[in-house]
Amino acid sequence: MNRQIDSPIVLLGARLLSPYIMLFGWYVIIHGHYSPGGGFQGGALLAASLLLIRVAGGSKLAELQIREFATTPLAVIGVVIYFATGLVAMMMGGHFLDYEALPIPGMEPAWLRYTGILIIEVGIGLAVMAILIMIYDNMVRGEDYA
Amino acid sequence: MLDFFLGHYAYWFTIILLSIGLYGILFKKNLIKKTIGLAILQISVVMYFVSIASKWDATVTVLNPDFPVDQVANYLNPLPHTLMLTAIVVGVATLGVAFTLLIAIYNRFETLDEEELIEKIQ
Amino acid sequence: MKALKILILVFFAGIMIYASSDLPFRGDPDNLMHAEESITGTTVKGSYFIQNAYRDARTPNMVTVVLGDYRSIDTFGEQVVIYTAGLITLLVLRRSKRRSE
Repeated sequence: MNRQIDSPIVLLGARLLSPYIMLFGWYVIIHGHYSPGGGFQGGALLAASLLLIRVAGGSKLAELQIREFATTPLAVIGVVIYFATGLVAMMMGGHFLDYEALPIPGMEPAWLRYTGILIIEVGIGLAVMAILIMIYDNMVRGEDYA
Repeated sequence: MLDFFLGHYAYWFTIILLSIGLYGILFKKNLIKKTIGLAILQISVVMYFVSIASKWDATVTVLNPDFPVDQVANYLNPLPHTLMLTAIVVGVATLGVAFTLLIAIYNRFETLDEEELIEKIQ
Repeated sequence: MKALKILILVFFAGIMIYASSDLPFRGDPDNLMHAEESITGTTVKGSYFIQNAYRDARTPNMVTVVLGDYRSIDTFGEQVVIYTAGLITLLVLRRSKRRSE
């Protein structure tokens, strides 16, 4: 972003709002079992809190938060969390993504399913956040080299 | 007659939204405007699926001890909600791909108008 | 020419509205998609999810159970799709940078 006009008021407002949006995003992911919410919505909120700083402060300030090369590994981690949950269940003798077979001792099958859903929601949230930031970064970079 | 109106007016609104999106896709010359029309058309389909999931006098799909689960009419249908939840996120990602391709086209040909683009390709 | 375009769209919307008058009433709990048994005697999936979601996964939010447990392979496919979309933006725009240098 080379044609940027620095405005302290916009930057201050974005810096004020961003942590609360991020906290609310984590709340939506973790509390998705008991209220409307889940991985997709929470991931979109996390991406919104990070993109707000990027839009208001430019790419120099954004390097302090999540650097551009770090978004692709984050997305891979999110997908791998989901896939590994299914694969571990398959190794332990169940079907793919059958949470009953997860190796956590001392839990009923219903509570094992509860835990499995929580793990994959965190994976979905990470992947959605990283991919939305990745799309924004690449679009800005592609415009700069026009 | 009033029953018919109350049971069908939501479908009419989604059809109007679908027509607006189709207008953007068919008759606009700028490729960005065409893509915006595509997004409006997709949102109309999402609205339709959400509207058919509703039941009168039912509550949201979070378990409430005041509403027994045995009676299905107490809760909205959760299946269309789930399908549309994933469809919205996939729609945003594919919209990102569409705009990426438009940026690549603009870098190469330096125009986004449809007719100029066809001339430059030939 | 502009009037012709508008006329085509109004004609299309009219046909769609005429066809939608045959749809079931919105919000009627007696619709076939809200019933407990389908016409052929099998269980309807939406009603099955309402009745058994809490018993199967101890989670009050039924949409989360359908998303994460009953249709989890579908959700995995969706996640791979958005991951592929992110990779496409990376690959397409990186190449255009190298060409301009």
